[in-house]
Amino acid sequence: MRHTLNLSLILAVFWLVNSGHYNPLMLSLAAVSVAFVVYITHKMDIVDHGFHPFRLSVKLVTYHFWLIKEIVLSNISVVKSIWLGNKTISPTLATLSVSQKTDVGKVIYANSITLTPGTVTVGIQGDQIVVHALLRESMDDLKGGEMDRRVTELER
Amino acid sequence: MDIVIAVVSAIFLLLGGFLCVTGGVGILRFPDFYTRIHATGVTDTLGAGLILIGLMLQVPDVLVLVKLVIILLMTLFINPVATHALAQAALKSGLSPLLQSKNHKGG
Amino acid sequence: MLIAATVAILVAMFLAMIRGIVGPTFYDRILAVNMFGTKTVLFISLIGFVMGRPEFLDIAIVYALLNFISVIGVLHFSGSVEFRHDDHDNSTVEKDS
Repeated sequence: MRHTLNLSLILAVFWLVNSGHYNPLMLSLAAVSVAFVVYITHKMDIVDHGFHPFRLSVKLVTYHFWLIKEIVLSNISVVKSIWLGNKTISPTLATLSVSQKTDVGKVIYANSITLTPGTVTVGIQGDQIVVHALLRESMDDLKGGEMDRRVTELER
Repeated sequence: MDIVIAVVSAIFLLLGGFLCVTGGVGILRFPDFYTRIHATGVTDTLGAGLILIGLMLQVPDVLVLVKLVIILLMTLFINPVATHALAQAALKSGLSPLLQSKNHKGG
Repeated sequence: MLIAATVAILVAMFLAMIRGIVGPTFYDRILAVNMFGTKTVLFISLIGFVMGRPEFLDIAIVYALLNFISVIGVLHFSGSVEFRHDDHDNSTVEKDS
């Protein structure tokens, strides 16, 4: 029930931000559409289980700043190898083990790997993920496990 | 103050445009599918991000700023998922990646 | 500067389109279409600012969502098409024999 309330609140804020018209007719239409979407999610039975909104914490904010730094650095290396040509790339495929316990943690880790250019999560199964990297160095960085450690810290 | 914001916004827009063209060159230049994914990663993260931040610096009102933030967040959340789904489908269908052999280091 | 960025986006869209036409495998084409879609979102936002009409951003949001749904949809469909194709081949073989 709490999740349903949260969902309707988020949808209402999203509608208000996107609309910019606040006369009674529009607002009543908004209420109807929010109610309709909540009804559909109830019918699909995805709200109260299998729906884990994460807690917003200071750790999450610092993690995102670190992630932005990583994205910028890996962008520079990928752009360099695009302009220098195919001789500078060394594609590798490897299976890494993850240390996160929860599904949300694994999803954050896999998405962070894909979000940094130069490394892509190709498959995930249990505690193992398959990663394709453009450069051997970025794969070595991942094997060093700093990102893994930071995401695991986020879970607590 | 206005001129500083205008210059910073112009720099962001130009850098973003350059990164987008770089991604386009990369998707043409790289030898196989799995390496081309990394080229699109450049345009999807920093290319899109820099252009949208450059636009955010010259917004007329707050509502437009919020919409730009929504577009940026959507790009950053949606693209990794789509890329991952695509790579996984390719690997499952048996498209094997081109790999560098181990003794041929730095080649 | 807005115009310069718009031209750069157009060039990148053109390059992605070449890869979409040339692309040796099916997945290369989908990748090119996905990149083209991301570029479309940026292009619409930029055009909105060039013309001084930020309402275009609503269309850009819709395009971002459509892009995601189309990629996932095509991937879903591609699996089932191959599957059906195989089934079809088997059934014709059985009929023939």
